[in-house]
Order: sequence, then structure tokens, then C-alpha cells
Amino acid sequence: MLFLIIKRILLGLITLFIVSLITFVGTEILPGDACTTYLERQAFGEQLEACYRRLGLNVPAYERYVSWAVNAIQGDFGYSLSGEMPIKEVLGPRIKNSLVLASAAIFIGIPIALILGIVTALWRDKLPDVAISTVTIFAMTIPEFISATLLILIIAIWLEWLPGIVIVPTDVSFLELLPNIILPVIAIAMIMTAHMARMVRSSVIQVMASEYVQMAILKGVPYWKMVFKHVLPNALLPAINVVALTIAWLLGGVVVTEVVFNYPGLGRLVIESISNRDLPTVQALAIILASIYVSINLLADLMTLMLNPRLKTLQIRK
Amino acid sequence: MKLDNIYQEEKKSNLAKLSEIIITMASRPSGFIGLSILIFHVILAFISPYIAPYDFKAINPTLMLQAPSAEYWFGTDDLGRDVFTRTILGGRTALTITFFGSLIALLWGGLLGIFCGLVGGKTDDIVMRIVDAFLSIPWILAMLLIVSLLGTSTEVLIPALGFFYGKGIVRVARAATHDVIAKDFIVSARARGHSNFSIIWNEIIPNVRDAILVEGAMRWSWMLLGFSSLSFLGFGVSPPTPDWGLMISNARGLMSFAYWSVIAPIVGLSSLIIGINLTADAFAKALGIDRSTKAPV
Repeated sequence: MLFLIIKRILLGLITLFIVSLITFVGTEILPGDACTTYLERQAFGEQLEACYRRLGLNVPAYERYVSWAVNAIQGDFGYSLSGEMPIKEVLGPRIKNSLVLASAAIFIGIPIALILGIVTALWRDKLPDVAISTVTIFAMTIPEFISATLLILIIAIWLEWLPGIVIVPTDVSFLELLPNIILPVIAIAMIMTAHMARMVRSSVIQVMASEYVQMAILKGVPYWKMVFKHVLPNALLPAINVVALTIAWLLGGVVVTEVVFNYPGLGRLVIESISNRDLPTVQALAIILASIYVSINLLADLMTLMLNPRLKTLQIRK
Repeated sequence: MKLDNIYQEEKKSNLAKLSEIIITMASRPSGFIGLSILIFHVILAFISPYIAPYDFKAINPTLMLQAPSAEYWFGTDDLGRDVFTRTILGGRTALTITFFGSLIALLWGGLLGIFCGLVGGKTDDIVMRIVDAFLSIPWILAMLLIVSLLGTSTEVLIPALGFFYGKGIVRVARAATHDVIAKDFIVSARARGHSNFSIIWNEIIPNVRDAILVEGAMRWSWMLLGFSSLSFLGFGVSPPTPDWGLMISNARGLMSFAYWSVIAPIVGLSSLIIGINLTADAFAKALGIDRSTKAPV
């Protein structure tokens, strides 16, 4: 068991190491470097030299990689090009804002997804299932920027209930942020909930068809007792992994949603730093987003291991 | 002569199988709706240049932001261009680019996955670690970086999209290969001394084809979503080419008093994505593959 956990953590670290290599090599191969893209037409002579010296680009690539990686592990990503501010300071409030958005969406989304998924599975192919499943297909497939635009059009412009666009400084306090984040949270939670509900539905259906549930029915176990005691614990276990992957997948979608609502989170920083050709910040963002992805997956793996008695004994037997 | 006959029969049954699959797909309401929407969009993409009532780039300042009327069915946009014309033309670029992108994704992802599943060992380990690393970088960050440095031409977009949406197929193809690799016919092909290439071509591909095709169909709808997101963010099709993502992002600022110019492209893009999705789902069900427990990776 312990060996397995350590192995998973090591695999995650190796993945992150490869990610850092990919982002480094990627920004190295693509035409132009941080200085030429930043200075554009002034990229010659003294200015270019000064920029190279400032960013330490005048040493060989592998040396730069090693020093960058050593600093990055300690949380120091160097300086951003445009703001001339340490990237660490740029990232701090952005990460906080994105976390607020993501965790609100997760806390709202998971309970709703569980209820919808279980309801649709237990009333399979009946009216509640058909109605909810149709809605989830719409919520799942429509791009984030469309659902977000429609939300702004209907709730902010036609009904005038909530502000449509977030106009607050990056380092605003949580309470001031609250009314502004309702619409972005709905936009993100909608897609996430739809994905998870569909997954829970098919997982519950699978378990309902299994032999031990048939056995419980034949034994005369009351329906709801059977659902809560025999079906749900087994159906929700495989859900953990998919929920994790869904959350991780949303990291990409959050970028678009944040742009639509002008929300000052990590996603908008991605667009801003790419538009400004701020390659050091892009590298830092790639590593941070990849670490979030890897740790969410790792957490899900470990949770499945801890909660599944069968996997535990399987490992011991091996 | 006898071999020829078997071959003929095989071919006929393949064609019969295909029409059977399509009939099965259309026999469910969701599959029928999906197929109809998809066919409608494909036909529209082919004929729209001939039926468009106006020039898509004709700017007319006197006709700015007209409400829908008999003359301009969906109204006009902020430059006085006909929204109906731009909407029916708006899916062509996206459909073409994502169709070829999915083909590339299917090819490289499928072949690499099958290869890794077959050879296993060290090669497999290394390749899968690299695939995992690419999976953990958000696609949008990588795509934006490539597009902002290399430009938004079709020659950049198709391979880039094909590459980034193919990495998930590698996993699916590898898993499907693992399912068949231990079967007797592979073992006997090895015993007969067939090469890896011949085993992949004659034994594995016919058996994993369904799973990979379903995955590719699903990727198509995700790629379309991704491509429109790029256009929406200003990193996809360049103006004045009509494109739904770009139209939505342009019309968004004016939607408080000219909602028609944003509704039309929204309906176009949403219906196409839903159509492809429903078709892919029905395709999976017709082939007996359950996709509903998979995460969108």
C-alpha cells in the first residue's frame, strides 16, 4: 500500500519534470525568444543585449533550464517581462481568485450532480431521466463562451439581476467579490455538473444491473435501503477519478469563462501574458496549471485506493 | 477463385454492416436528430456560397445594426453586414479545419497507441509518460502559444489541433489494444512469424477500429469547441472571414441593444456541436461501445 502511494507520487513528479522540459524546449524551439518578441522592432544592438542580460538569456540553454528549475521549485519564477514585477507577486492574487471561483463551482456542482445522476439512473428512461438528460446534454456540449454570453444577455441585460462583467481590482476582498462571481460560477458549474451527473448515472445503472443487487432484491431488502447501502457506495467510487479528470479538464474552459466575465483569475492571466508575449509568465503558468492537474489526479488515485478495500487486498496479494 | 469469393463476401458484409450501423443510429430519436443536424450543416457548408443573398464582407455604414426584417432576415451587424449571410457561411472554416484536424489526430494517436500497446515495456513507459505530460498542460495554453508565435494560418492550425487532440486517442487506442493483445489469434500470428507491422495491420486494427473511430468522432466535437474558443478569443480565423466564434465575440459588446447579431451565430455553433455529439454518441451505441463513463480528456 505504502509502496503504491510512493510510486504514484513519483510518477506524478516525473510527469511534472517532463512538463517543465516540454515548456522549456517548446518556448526555445518556437521562433523568437522572450526578448525579440517583447522588444519587437527595437530588438537589436544594446537594448537586446541589455534584455538578454536582464533575463539571463546569454548563457547556454541547459544552464538556464537548471537554474530556472531550481528557482521554480522554491516558488521563484523570475520576473515577468511587461510589468517588470516578480511573477510570484503577479500570480498570488490570481491563484486566490481562481481558487474561489473553482471551489464555489465544485461545492455547488458536486451535490447537484450526485442528485441528478442518481435520480436519472433510478428512473431510467422515464420522464425525469429523459428531461434531465436532455438538459445535461445541452449544458455539456455548448461551449463555455456561449453559455456565459447567454447568461449575461438574459440575467444581466434583460432581467438586470446581477452585474454582467466583473469590474474589480485583482486584490479585492472576498465579500466585495461575491456578487460578481455568481454568474461565472453558474457558467462553470453548469458544464461540470452535467459531465458528472451523466457519469454518476451510468455508474449507478451498471451497479444496479450487477448480481449482488439482484440478490439483495430477491432477499427482500427494502428498495431505498438497497439503493443507499448496496448501490451507492459501489457506484460512487469510480466516480472520484472521473470527477477529478473533469475538474482538471475545466482548467482549459475556465480560461474562456474568465475572459468573458473579465474575471481577474489565472485564466485571464494566460490570455494577457500570451497577448503580451510574456514567455516567462507563460512558462510559470504552464507549470502551475500542470501541477494542479497532476495533484488533482494523484489525490483522486489515492482516494480510490483508500476507499476501495478490494484494491488494497489485491495489492497485498501481489 | 475460392479466395476471391470469400473476399467478395467480406466486402459486401462490410457495406451491409455500415448501412446497418447507420440505420441503428437513426432508429433512436437522439441519433436521428444528431444525424439530421450534422447532415444539414455539411450540406449547408457546401452550398452556402451559392445561396448567400449578400456579400459577407460588404460593409455598409448606412445599414448598421438593423433589426431583423424581410430584407435582412437576421438583421445586420455593427458594420452593416448581413448577419444571415455571415451565419450560413460561418461554419465552413471551422468544419473544414476540425474535420482534417480530427483525421490527423485519429491517425497519429491511433497508430502510436496501438504500437505502444503492442510492444509494451520500456518504449511504452517512456511514450506514456510523455503523453501524460502533454495531457497535463492545458490545451488552450499550448494552442494559444503556438498560434500567437506561428500565426493563425490553416497550415498551422490543422496540425496543431490534430496533435493536441490526438494525445487522448493514444490512451484509448492503447487500452483497446491491451484488450485484444492476449487473444489467441494474436498469439498464433506471432507463432506464424508475422512482423509487428503485419500484426498491427491485419490483426489489431480490425479489432480496435470501432473504439478508435468512436473516440475520433467525439474528438471532432471537442476540437470544434476548442477551435471556436480560439476564434472567440481572437486567436483563430482572422477577420473578415465569417466564423461563428469570431462573430459572437464581436457582437457580444453590442448585445444589449442588438441581440440578433449574437443569437444567430450562437444557434449555428451550438446546433453543430450538439449534432456531432449526438451522432458520435449514437455511433458508439450502435457499435456497442459505452462512452458514458469516460472523462473528457
